[in-house]
Amino acid sequence: MSLDLPLIWAAIIATAVLLYVLLDGFDLGIGILFPFAASPAERDTMMDSIAPVWDGNETWLVLGGGGLFAAFPFAYSALMPALYLPVILMLLALILRGVAFEFRHHGRARGKAFWTGAFAGGSLVATLAQGLVLGGFIQGVTLKGRDFAGGPFDWLTPYTLLVAVGLVAGYVLLGATYLIWRTSGDLQVRARRWAWIAAAATAGLLAIVSVATLLVHPRIAERWGFVDGAFDLSALFPLLPIPLVGLVGLAVVVLGIRRAHHATSLGGAYLVFLSGYIGLAIGFFPYIVPYGMDFRAAANADNALGLMLVGVGILLPAVLGYTVWVYWLFRGKVGGDAGYH
Amino acid sequence: MELDALILSRLQFAFTIAFHIIFPSFTIGLASYLAVLEGLWLVTRNEAFKALYLFWVKVFAISFGMGVVSGVVLSYQLGTNWSVFSQVASPVIGPLLAFEVLTAFFLEASFLGVMLFGWKKVGPRLHFAATTLVAIGTLISAFWILSANSWMQHPTGFETLPDGTLRAADWWKVIFSPTFPERFAHMVLAAYLTTALVVGAASAWRILKRGADEAPCLGLRMAIGMFAIAAPLQLVVGDLSGKEVMRVQPAKLAAIEAFWETRTEQPFHIAAWPDRATEGNRFEISVPKLGSLITAGSAAAEVKGLKAFAPQDRPPVFIVFWSFRVMVGLGLLMIALGAWGGWLMWRTRGPEYSRPFLWAAVAMGPAGFVAVIAGWIVAEVGRQPYVIYGVLRTADAVSPVGPGQVSASLLAFMIIYAVVFSVGALYILRLIGEGPETPPEDADEPPGNPLAAGTKGVRA
Repeated sequence: MSLDLPLIWAAIIATAVLLYVLLDGFDLGIGILFPFAASPAERDTMMDSIAPVWDGNETWLVLGGGGLFAAFPFAYSALMPALYLPVILMLLALILRGVAFEFRHHGRARGKAFWTGAFAGGSLVATLAQGLVLGGFIQGVTLKGRDFAGGPFDWLTPYTLLVAVGLVAGYVLLGATYLIWRTSGDLQVRARRWAWIAAAATAGLLAIVSVATLLVHPRIAERWGFVDGAFDLSALFPLLPIPLVGLVGLAVVVLGIRRAHHATSLGGAYLVFLSGYIGLAIGFFPYIVPYGMDFRAAANADNALGLMLVGVGILLPAVLGYTVWVYWLFRGKVGGDAGYH
Repeated sequence: MELDALILSRLQFAFTIAFHIIFPSFTIGLASYLAVLEGLWLVTRNEAFKALYLFWVKVFAISFGMGVVSGVVLSYQLGTNWSVFSQVASPVIGPLLAFEVLTAFFLEASFLGVMLFGWKKVGPRLHFAATTLVAIGTLISAFWILSANSWMQHPTGFETLPDGTLRAADWWKVIFSPTFPERFAHMVLAAYLTTALVVGAASAWRILKRGADEAPCLGLRMAIGMFAIAAPLQLVVGDLSGKEVMRVQPAKLAAIEAFWETRTEQPFHIAAWPDRATEGNRFEISVPKLGSLITAGSAAAEVKGLKAFAPQDRPPVFIVFWSFRVMVGLGLLMIALGAWGGWLMWRTRGPEYSRPFLWAAVAMGPAGFVAVIAGWIVAEVGRQPYVIYGVLRTADAVSPVGPGQVSASLLAFMIIYAVVFSVGALYILRLIGEGPETPPEDADEPPGNPLAAGTKGVRA
């Protein structure tokens, strides 16, 4: 029996990117919500709720980039130049917000205010940049052979801006629902209000992005059975569970916010993201550089993929194991738990 | 010189990686130091070890954060600016970088959280385990990066397919390429020395300003112990590494020593002004025959000069020659500092009572960083014009991006890094200026918890 290594690796990279979005998403969302906190003490609590885990969350982004380099070098070498400016923008923004975790506590009055702003601004810009990368990816990349052959601003269109704004709403929803889980008192009340607004915005923008995505490339429309202005139900029906999962997720979010029930609303938001993620992936799969290079054409040599699969088989369960353990260790309400200080 | 995307991308890579290497070369050593301190505290219950741990873990948190964020950049920059390199190199060294993420980065990131915030959540033994795992993670990371870099310096264990792409033929030879053991040992020793120099300088400064308390004296003596052992050892390892350079990269060796002619009895140039235009040194201060003796082990040995290589295959000479001398000069000063400190420890009341020594230790505080960067310049510039030695030229490795984009990103990196670096350095120096606190009354106070530090400061 021979393994379909490129397919397995496509699944691994897709999982890494999804885990990145789900985990660093609430980190970034909390950063975007920073200016709306009522007091410096609330901001401290918000930051403390993610301080032990943000670094691990961001490591999934390194696995996404490093994994793409190692598993699909031709996708990596075509996508990165195509998305040069938003990728660099994301990296710079992540630097500013990343160092803010430490710098904010060492700054005096002006320094602290600056790094508070840098954390919020960096989080927002990193999210927008990720949205531009995502939008630029979905709308397609101009290739000549296996190399990027487009212009420096191909990624900047009304569609990509729409996706970027949608991602901000989504990450804010993740951040607010995470805060409902991890905080209590006034901050939790505020987080519930943020979650209501973000849930409404996410639902609306996800719907608009979904429609816009149908229009951005004929291949996606065809995949969803949208041909000549009408839906072909035989193509659409098998895919309906995907948006349904999103709707169920929204219902769970609403339920979770109303009852302020632990991580329920965060779990609902994760369902919404899962639905959106799979829904978008359906549109471009099997392309890994839409719409000119599929994942097989982009894949690394079989012996490299095979070696790495052995490594991942041994290491990834361990990584997931201790990641879960760290989250379990830091469970419970921040500030309400005397052991935290 | 015209500023095209190639030269701008090279500047950007040099700038971002030189900035990045500052932090790992400090945190690799500091993580091990923290593990040693915590282990000693668990065994001896001497509160001075704990005071040192609680102090240095704060410095570690700042430095590590800066290392993480500047490292993320590198995992994307290979694609944004060096896409052809990525295509060519990935079949061989792709797995090495993937393994670095899986074996090192996740380990470090996850257990760093426990190390900084888990003091009360886990017992002292588990906390010590977390510190140790972070330290091991930093060493694993160095292992993979040095492995990949050593392969790029001297590629082995691969084959070239008819279409020009590379394939790994023997993973063992890829991962453990011939120059790897010496280069890995050289880097780890460099990291340990860099950390010891910073610890020594901070301890000496503290003693000079506030008197010889137990914790800084302990820190100073531990640092001297590291100089005394690691600095001479580094000279030996560095020499072995240099012998490998002569064997596999003779052009780099010729640039390091500013040898132009191939001859026996090469002189050793203490100082020189190598000039590629005239294919010679404009001036030189030299010791006859010593060059052959140092590089090849015998004055009678023939050593290749740069003229043995076609002009387009020669690395830049001036920067390689001088970077090497800066590195070795600082290394010799480190050996001297270790010998002086060791002598003070054995023969006098102690190094903490010698003001000249304390000032020398303070002055040598940044020497490790300078030596590390100088050493990497020798390694990387000396490999030019190749990015994969003998396989892929740097000029052929660059992405199809325009100079406009690259100049914008380079400028942005320079501005952001200047802010981040100067503020980070300020906060670290401020911490060092305050020095370790006397052992806390509440033995359960969490180490390095920024919340604890933050409550003392101004809230924003």
